[in-house]
Amino acid sequence: MKKIEAIIKPFKLDEVKDELNKAGIQGITVSEVKGFGRQKGHTELYRGAEYVVDFLPKVKLEIIVTDDLAEKVINTIMNTAKTGRIGDGKIFVSNLEDAIRIRTGERGKDAI
Amino acid sequence: MVIKKYFYVVLILLALTTFSVAGVFAEEAASAPAAPSWDAKFAADTVWVLITAFLVFFMNLGFGMVETGLCRSKNAVNILSKNVIVFCVTTVFFWFIGFGIMFGNGSPFFGASGWMLYGADNSPATGDAYQGVFASLNWTGVPLYAKFIFQLVFAGTAATIVSGAVAERIKYFSFFAFSVAMAIVIYPVAGHWIWGGGWLATMKTPFLDFAGSTVVHSIGGWAALIGAILLGPRIGKYTKDGKVNAIPGHDMGMATLGMFVLWFGWFGFNPGSTMAADPDAIARVTINTCIAGAVGGVAATFAAYLMLGKPDLSMALNGILAGLVAITAPCNWVTPFGSLIIGTVAGILVVYAVLFFDKVKVDDPVGAISVHLVNGIWGTLSLGLFAANVSGGITGLFYGGGIAQLISQIKGVVAVGVYVVVVSLIVWLVIKSVMGLRVEEDEEREGLDIGEHGMQAYPDFVGTSSTRGIV
Repeated sequence: MKKIEAIIKPFKLDEVKDELNKAGIQGITVSEVKGFGRQKGHTELYRGAEYVVDFLPKVKLEIIVTDDLAEKVINTIMNTAKTGRIGDGKIFVSNLEDAIRIRTGERGKDAI
Repeated sequence: MVIKKYFYVVLILLALTTFSVAGVFAEEAASAPAAPSWDAKFAADTVWVLITAFLVFFMNLGFGMVETGLCRSKNAVNILSKNVIVFCVTTVFFWFIGFGIMFGNGSPFFGASGWMLYGADNSPATGDAYQGVFASLNWTGVPLYAKFIFQLVFAGTAATIVSGAVAERIKYFSFFAFSVAMAIVIYPVAGHWIWGGGWLATMKTPFLDFAGSTVVHSIGGWAALIGAILLGPRIGKYTKDGKVNAIPGHDMGMATLGMFVLWFGWFGFNPGSTMAADPDAIARVTINTCIAGAVGGVAATFAAYLMLGKPDLSMALNGILAGLVAITAPCNWVTPFGSLIIGTVAGILVVYAVLFFDKVKVDDPVGAISVHLVNGIWGTLSLGLFAANVSGGITGLFYGGGIAQLISQIKGVVAVGVYVVVVSLIVWLVIKSVMGLRVEEDEEREGLDIGEHGMQAYPDFVGTSSTRGIV
């Protein structure tokens, strides 16, 4: 099993969710996050004074999949979330030891 | 069950129809109505004065929203509390003492009768027929209580102006104490000179201020200026090398709605100051008020766009309010075209004033000094320039009336400025020595909501907000 974490631009969320649904993904966990990468922050203006916003708002998706689905999910996110401009985000993939469905106690693949 | 329900509805509708038809026939049968036992003008005037007073009262909501929106969420409870308490305090103390000092018979410098509205008064008698202790209000034919309510909401407005300029750092009860002083000595004395038959109103060319550019806005603005200077800037407003840091307000939506509430309230503030349902005057004052506010918004938007690179929303809000403040003194004596110029100048002036006060390190989180003081002065002076002989023969410099009115206006601005600066400085310093002015540094960083009030405005606020769709 793999855990795929993707940091994407907030306005891409709906599109990415739809495409992942089509790809057969059963569940996604989403959180609103802030941070910076190579894009860094940006400056805003308030009553004539500039101020720097260091952490930009992004959306983080967490998706747990079986190993064979991982590449498909990664490609789907990459193709859908891409605008080609700086700040599109990143995808992190890691191995996952176990998963448990709380209601039934099912474990591993069955719990996804 | 459903059918039964419909049955009842139909039954009720039928019954209502029957009654109303019966009513129509009954009315036709009755003879012509008897003449009302009350005077129609007296009734119309009283209703007009009270309804416009309610509109001005509603401005408390506008002030609360503008100030809260333009400050940080950690100080929201504190700002709202100040806006709540200031009108309560003003009501009590203006009734007890302030109204008597402002409008009671007395010397050219302050009134000295009519405490708690006691004393002879045969309102609504006007002119020479009036006999009582509030002779300065004998020009309006409404009951004394209506006169009081209308003047009270104005006193409340003057006091609440201070709140915005001292926001995010003043001790709650120190502000409370200053509000008491506003209601009993600062506002009523200077007000007496102008509206209470005092020395400015009885000069050879009387100083004129229709609805209070000076009486309400400048007085509030001067007191706010001294408060903001004595308090010093908020922590983090300036960098170590003296550059201005932006401290963005936490809710521009609330600030914008608050501005609209204030604008709406101004349709009571200015047109109500006729204190009579005089059709020509209230229509003239209303159109002038609306135009000045609108062009103030346009002018400030473009001034901000040209100077700062973006059409800053908070500046547009300040610009509209600046136009409204400026037109408050001359609104009864100028033409709509005059209003256009007065409002345009106000909108530009306010943007420069905000940047100027930032530069000289007078920290005014909501722009109250730029709006109310700077444009209160401009509006008062503009009367001497743009009065167009549309009412009472008042004619300003640009309309061939000579310089006399302008000179009277300058005298009034200077006299009120000196008085309010001196007295509010004393009051602020007394409060500072007795109870202190500014909260502790830690409390200011933490937010006054917790420190002063022990609660938060948004208790389930967790530091993130929905930003979907914005990149």
